[in-house]
Amino acid sequence: MRPTTFTAYRWEMRKLASQKRTYIGVGAAALLPTLFVVVMSFQKGGPYDVPLGHNLRHTGIALALVVLTFASRFGAQLVTALVAGDIVATEDSGGTLKTILTRSLRRSQILAGKTLASFTYVLLVLLALLAAGMIAGGIAWGFNPVVDLTGSTHSAGRAVGLAFASIGVFSVPLVAIASFGIFLSVVTRNSAAAIVGTLVFELVMEAIVGLVHVQWLHHYMLSAQFDAWHGLWQTPIYWTPIVRSFWVSALFAAVPLAVAFVVFQRRDVSGE
Amino acid sequence: MVPVQARGLVKSYGRIHAVDRVDLTVNEGDIYGFLGPNGAGKTTAMRIMLGLLRPDAGEVKLFGRDPQTELPEALDGVAGFVETPHFYPYLTGRTNLELLAAFDGNGASGLVENALETVGLQARADDKVGGYSQGMRQRLGLAASLLREPKLLILDEPTNGLDPGGIRDMRDLITSLADRGLTIFLSSHLLAEVEELCTRVSVIREGRIVYEGTLADLHSSSAPRYRLRTSDQRAARTVLADDGVRDLADEDGDLVFTADEPAVLALSRKLVDAGLGIAALVPETATLEHLFFELTEGEAHPHRLETVA
Repeated sequence: MRPTTFTAYRWEMRKLASQKRTYIGVGAAALLPTLFVVVMSFQKGGPYDVPLGHNLRHTGIALALVVLTFASRFGAQLVTALVAGDIVATEDSGGTLKTILTRSLRRSQILAGKTLASFTYVLLVLLALLAAGMIAGGIAWGFNPVVDLTGSTHSAGRAVGLAFASIGVFSVPLVAIASFGIFLSVVTRNSAAAIVGTLVFELVMEAIVGLVHVQWLHHYMLSAQFDAWHGLWQTPIYWTPIVRSFWVSALFAAVPLAVAFVVFQRRDVSGE
Repeated sequence: MVPVQARGLVKSYGRIHAVDRVDLTVNEGDIYGFLGPNGAGKTTAMRIMLGLLRPDAGEVKLFGRDPQTELPEALDGVAGFVETPHFYPYLTGRTNLELLAAFDGNGASGLVENALETVGLQARADDKVGGYSQGMRQRLGLAASLLREPKLLILDEPTNGLDPGGIRDMRDLITSLADRGLTIFLSSHLLAEVEELCTRVSVIREGRIVYEGTLADLHSSSAPRYRLRTSDQRAARTVLADDGVRDLADEDGDLVFTADEPAVLALSRKLVDAGLGIAALVPETATLEHLFFELTEGEAHPHRLETVA
């Protein structure tokens, strides 16, 4: 029986689970909300100028999303780049690529397994952040209703659902960042170059938004899609940025992934 | 189906021809030695065979299938490693094998246990590979190959980095695998090993095959050398020089030369006629090492030895 892409994916996840560095990203994501609560307990006021920030001290449900607003400027991309940029290049430098490429899986299946594992990791980091935020925020401020960006109040149950949906929307551009990291990991065959290159790519996106004063262009930059989840916290829900985030991120993911698959399929595997 | 048939393989890096019009044929049941100095193109050729490199020209077929266009099916029944086998250091030996068995589409734990037992690694199977010695990694590499239940094993320097005991164990292992009917293609620097193990060999030099055939044919292709000791070596040297023998040299007080058998018969009569007593006139069989250096370090005559298929 031929192995499948799921075989590659399952073992990629197991490999990730066996490496200590995997837990650094998840651990950092889980630690951030707790630190946030500790810092806030030592000071008055809070980050009321960020989306949902005015809910802090009233309910713990919004904590993870407030933390995410700060993390979305760099932290989430860093964690994503660390895994996606490394996932192929480390096998190249470690020599294990030739070990697995001489088995019965197709190259495309192996890369697909790695790609899906990277995406899963991104989701797990975000879910760790959300779960830790719910726990730390809930302990500190309780599970009370949340006031959204248009002033409407949502019950705790609906707010938790919206928080999960927000994490889902936030993960979409992050998956595009991961795709670019995988592309660089395949092409450069060097983990450090791929990780740094992925971060530079994100910084360039940010720079374009900051320096080029063309409003319509901003909507189509990847970095702008990290705010799309704000649409969920309006009454009624503002779908335009969410829908745009999906297709803009899909484009940003599809191109580098397509190139990565073609290159990986045809490349020579040499060196140690 | 012929296990390995390569025709006209070329692989260049810039102006360097790593592999230059390489033809190879490995027949079923062969223990085939692939010899050549470092940088001669052995590993490049083996990478092409396993589908890791794309040749610039030529083709290789494994049991009739082309690993350049028919992967992974072309590697059905084929296993091996090039250079040092590499594994995930943060996983145990057993988990590494389970991963590779899964990648072969075969998750049967019995296979993993059998492979571990064959290479004698059961006791360390649950240790992380990061703590393995070079020899243990080599054995794990062989175990990983056996998981595929191969008909053809391609091994690049399987005794590399092993101590003498490890080399002996690896040699015994390869012999026992060959006894089970596997065809084995191995590269090695250890000529004594090759001489002991291999039925057929090829020698590669600067990317080109300069010999392919049986070891016996390789030995017989070399002009016979003789060692002579007489009652008067100086006078004997004069006789030999006059008789036109080749490669005449002094070695440890003996005269060493190359000549064919009829010439040596005539020479012995001349020595006696010249009044010399012959203490020894002994034919010397060229060692594989001698032949190897002759093929790989002599003047570049790629077709000096005709290929013996």
